[in-house]
Amino acid sequence: METLMAILIGGLFASGIYLMLRRSIVKLAIGLVLLSQSANLTIFTVAGLTRGNPPLVPEGESMPLVPYADPLPQALVLTAIVIGFGVLAFTLVLVKRVYQTVGTDDMDEMRSTDGFKD
Amino acid sequence: MGILVAVLSGFLVALAAPWLTRWFGDRVGWVIALLPLSITIYLLTFIPDLADGGSVRYSIEWIPALNINLSFHVDGLGLVFALLISGIGTLIMLYGGGYLQGHHQLGRFYLYILMFMASMLGVVLADNIITFFVFFELTSLTSYLLIGFDHNASKSRYSARQALLVTGIGGQFLLVGLILLAIAGGGWEFSVLVDQADVIQDHALYVPIMFLILGGAFTKSAQVPFHFWLPGAMAAPTPVSAYLHSATMVKAGVYLMARINPTIGGTDLWQFVLVTFGAATMLLGAYLAVQRTDLKQLLAYTTVSSLGTLTLLIGIGTDVALKAAMVFLVVHSLYKGALFMVAGTIDHETGTRDIRVLGGLRKLMPITSIGAAVAALSMAGIPPLFGFIGKELVYEAVLDLDTFAIIIAVVAVVSNILMVVVAGITGIQPFIGEEKETPKHAHEAPASLYIGPLVLGTLSLVVGAIPALIDTSIMEPAVSAVAGQPVEVTLYIWHGVNAMLIMSIITVAVGVVVFMGRQQLRSVTNQTNLLAALGPEAIYAHLLAGLDWLSRTQTKIIQNGYLRFYFLTIIVVLVVSAIYPLMAYGNIQLAGDLSDVRIYEWVVVAIVLMSAIMAVRAQSRLAAVAALGIVGYGVATIYILYGAPDLAMTQILVETLTVILFVLVLYRLPQFATLSERGSRIRDAIIAGTGGLLMTLLVLVVSNERFYDSISQFHAEESYPSAFGRNVVNVILVDFRAIDTFGEIIVLAVAGIGVYALLRLRLWEDRSEEK
Amino acid sequence: MKSLILQTATRSLVAVMLLFSIFLLLRGHDEPGGGFIGGLVGAAAFALYAIAFDVQSARRMLGIRPQMMIAIGLAMAGGAGIISLLASEPYFAHLWYHTDIPGFGEIHLGTFLLFDIGVFLVVIGVTLLVILTLSEE
Repeated sequence: METLMAILIGGLFASGIYLMLRRSIVKLAIGLVLLSQSANLTIFTVAGLTRGNPPLVPEGESMPLVPYADPLPQALVLTAIVIGFGVLAFTLVLVKRVYQTVGTDDMDEMRSTDGFKD
Repeated sequence: MGILVAVLSGFLVALAAPWLTRWFGDRVGWVIALLPLSITIYLLTFIPDLADGGSVRYSIEWIPALNINLSFHVDGLGLVFALLISGIGTLIMLYGGGYLQGHHQLGRFYLYILMFMASMLGVVLADNIITFFVFFELTSLTSYLLIGFDHNASKSRYSARQALLVTGIGGQFLLVGLILLAIAGGGWEFSVLVDQADVIQDHALYVPIMFLILGGAFTKSAQVPFHFWLPGAMAAPTPVSAYLHSATMVKAGVYLMARINPTIGGTDLWQFVLVTFGAATMLLGAYLAVQRTDLKQLLAYTTVSSLGTLTLLIGIGTDVALKAAMVFLVVHSLYKGALFMVAGTIDHETGTRDIRVLGGLRKLMPITSIGAAVAALSMAGIPPLFGFIGKELVYEAVLDLDTFAIIIAVVAVVSNILMVVVAGITGIQPFIGEEKETPKHAHEAPASLYIGPLVLGTLSLVVGAIPALIDTSIMEPAVSAVAGQPVEVTLYIWHGVNAMLIMSIITVAVGVVVFMGRQQLRSVTNQTNLLAALGPEAIYAHLLAGLDWLSRTQTKIIQNGYLRFYFLTIIVVLVVSAIYPLMAYGNIQLAGDLSDVRIYEWVVVAIVLMSAIMAVRAQSRLAAVAALGIVGYGVATIYILYGAPDLAMTQILVETLTVILFVLVLYRLPQFATLSERGSRIRDAIIAGTGGLLMTLLVLVVSNERFYDSISQFHAEESYPSAFGRNVVNVILVDFRAIDTFGEIIVLAVAGIGVYALLRLRLWEDRSEEK
Repeated sequence: MKSLILQTATRSLVAVMLLFSIFLLLRGHDEPGGGFIGGLVGAAAFALYAIAFDVQSARRMLGIRPQMMIAIGLAMAGGAGIISLLASEPYFAHLWYHTDIPGFGEIHLGTFLLFDIGVFLVVIGVTLLVILTLSEE
């Protein structure tokens, strides 16, 4: 299972990076989403995978029945997903603003905005 | 407990200062002065205990695992300093209210200066060396804020940064020195380390410890060659100069030397270093002072000279010298605080601080002139003022030296002659002679401005005439603390005719003569100004310019504005740095374990991968977003398959909202266009592919290796019994790791506010209208 | 996007979604759910309403500015820890109140719930702040 996930993670990572290397700023945002999916799956996978069995304590027991899926990476990834959403929203709005202000979506043409002219 | 309150109350009142200023308006100085006044009264109650040889300690745990405790220790040395800080602080709070009356940022002034006062009290009362260091650095920080108070002026900002850099770098040396000291002495409290003096002085690290600690003390107390920041600090408002740069903060370094003297002092090396630097600073400060024409600059350089005197005396280290050091410390704080306040008052009333255009103010400002005259006489060392006793003791200490007594004695006399001259220039000259035309027509200052000099002048007079008031009760415990053993202190104004008296008479007599010829003196000494180009301040400026250049150059190279370049760098560094450990330690089973994969898992993964490729290759924005959605739902399915229903639900909801978000933004953005060349696309594909391959390898290696047992077991076992929750994931989020979650929702909130700000605050439009 | 069918469906759907979001929030300690998930469902409900009708009516239905929800949420979540501090417990060591309701079973109430509601409000607030502000552009 982990092997399959590793391949998936590699594929998502490569797609994300490729998109982020484009000059078009919209592709940057799409690449960012793929990259965070890949990162989330990485955290989820390296802790070890368990089919079925969510980490829930059944009625009458004091802990989940073994084997159960590792709850800790789930907690980490859950917040990561939501924060990823927040970051994506910020990125998208930034992209939009930049486009409105600078008038281009080509990142190579946005270089002089930070005041360092060569 | 009381000590803790005394130290920390300053920080609390500081936070309230802006509101206090709003409520009390022009009278706020009188209100805020109540705090240092009550601290002073509280501190006075310690005198009987300390005079009997006792001391008071208070400690609460802060970070016990690192031996860092909030421990305070009131002994004679700490008390003298604390009394000066809170006592002069009271007068300064009053003075500041009058001086900055109507200033629109008076609240900010009180905020900073109260924080400074509290930090300073912490410095002189702390027992734990790390606590001491924290307060020591806080004084640097608050002083930075105060020097840069007038932050619109580039001169202020430059001086503030200079002071911060010089004292801050010294502080780093000090921290290392203190930690080594604790290691060598086996204790983290000054009061413990004192008993380990023999061990520390024989320790292999003794020399580095001494130089590191002195690095902190010399920078803070403006010893040559670090003296240049102090005159620069005069960019601060005068109340600040009077308080920080004469009476208190610059004495923090002196305090440190005095505090550490019984622990690491007394060796030949210690004596040699302190005497050399002290004497050099004493002479250079006085020499540079007489060249100046600005009242505050004159006083600043004499402060440098006085700090040199104090260092010299601690370096000599005999009982007489330490007695002289403590007496001179008090003498100097009293007259220098007063003279600075007078300088500020003159500036406030006449609009100038240039001594060449000041004169005849005694008729216009009679009360101020009395305060000024008394302070100046004390500075010049005229009996029966306290300054006379101080100077006699300094001479006595210098004559006590075994070697170089003559050289040091000459240095002391020459410096003191120059001090007499400066005393005349700053305290007497503006008030005598003809009235001169000044930018503003002078009037007597309001009470808040002349109370300070008057009170300090009276004190100089009273303790000078009747030194028995303070000698055994206050000075004796202080000197004993610096010496590390009981020292008897009895002060007399009249010693009979002896060498010291003759030296004093010579000093005053020559001083008066030189004062008469001060104009010639100034023009002669000005000739040497050319040497300044080689001085430490020039070196500092060059270093700073070099640093600027370096950061500009490396920013141009590293932050060249091409986002792709940054990614490239990150990926390449990642790949390169991961490959070696992977090869060396990795246990990669590439061909293994696909046997346990079930058919539906293949299907889901295949769909996700194909959608990802679709997103990459999509020609339209909408197709890309749709592909992205499929990736998201596919990943959610994976979460379901592997027992993570919470994740799956979150992922599905976020995916839905993401699509809405994209749709809201995308139709405002341009169509996809192929911007890059075929060549660079291939290059990027290779980079991305390498990165992806690396991630695959990493995941394979990491999931095959277990370095530590997972801590998840604890969470699973304790979830129901301790946190009464059956959903372990949720229990981790809201209970076990609640602080993490709290941090995460703060991040979320910041992102949301960022979005709102980007959309609603149209700053760039305002700016374009201005053009 | 004014569609009568969508509007009619939305009217009833939104109520169900909001109820469901609170249900998810409250059951989160024992079953899948919790503040994050409940918050996202709640936000989705209002977003749907904004799409079916318009942003103004969605704002009216919300009755409170999203920024305020963020602030209240952060205060509740942070405050949950401060309550523990006041009881001389470490920050975020939750306090508990146990009671037995006849016929219903044992109930555990704790400051964790305050914390989770805080999370819930922050998530709704941020999501809506973004979506509503963007829609008004």
